[in-house]
Amino acid sequence: MVVTTSWYLTLAAILFSMGAVGLLTRRNPLIMIMCIELMLNAVNLTFVSLGSELGDLGGQLSVFFVLVVAASEVVVGLAVVVAIMRRRQGATVDDLSVLRG
Amino acid sequence: MDAAVFLISAAIVLTGAGGVLVARNPVHAALFLVQTLFGVAVLFVLQDATFLAAVQVIVYAGAVVILFLFVIMLLGVDRAEDLGVEPIVGQRPVAAVVGASLLGMLLIALLVSVDGPTGAHAANAPLGDAADNTRLLGEALFTDYVFAVELTAILLTVAVIGAVVLARRVRGPLAPLPVVVVASVADDGEQGDDGPPDVAEATDVSDEGEGA
Repeated sequence: MVVTTSWYLTLAAILFSMGAVGLLTRRNPLIMIMCIELMLNAVNLTFVSLGSELGDLGGQLSVFFVLVVAASEVVVGLAVVVAIMRRRQGATVDDLSVLRG
Repeated sequence: MDAAVFLISAAIVLTGAGGVLVARNPVHAALFLVQTLFGVAVLFVLQDATFLAAVQVIVYAGAVVILFLFVIMLLGVDRAEDLGVEPIVGQRPVAAVVGASLLGMLLIALLVSVDGPTGAHAANAPLGDAADNTRLLGEALFTDYVFAVELTAILLTVAVIGAVVLARRVRGPLAPLPVVVVASVADDGEQGDDGPPDVAEATDVSDEGEGA
């Protein structure tokens, strides 16, 4: 059996959908951020697979920038979670409407 | 051989993702996330993206997940969450339907509707073999994409400053957050009548007056 690009794309689609379902069902903000990471990883997998299918380095370059943006997103997201949790223990995302203007 | 590696790491990735979805304890969810990230790193190696596999392990498993664990321990939220209750009625069935349709649409878009990826072959830079991977990435990043690299440096600086500002401990007592009524679907009918709808009606009336 030869592993074709379709295999990777199928796996990435499943992973992305699982992340989306987790984002929609979980209420702990930390786990929601983890689900976003799952979705970003699925996208990274498609970038690398399509890049190797086309023999192009651009896919891997995109993944590099996605990694940087994901790292900064996690840092800021966790800082927001810390700032909110410090005021109210055990807050879930349903309590986070204080961020609205 | 490749197929076996792919299938094993795909199983690792998917069980890890399922664990993140159903783990009650945030610490367990973080460890399941590490499992998924390692599986993806193996898939990167399988596709000769060796540099990204190393970065995946170092940055994701080594930094991001550790950051998650720090925050979990700092906040003391490492207790099990009750997944039995469903706060919003019908949330999970709707999420399952949305996820399944998303998966279906993705599979159709990626596999069925087009016959493989279109586009020029090696349009940006040629993809070398695994031994050349790091050198080629570095050359591309610091020649053609050097402006984007500088922008990511600015982005990281902004993120660090933002995190410090957000998470610093302010002097004096913190003002308590306003109490928000959660899941107020039932009493929406009573509260909604005296609030925004009146404003909306008023603007409607004035708009009509101007139009006339």
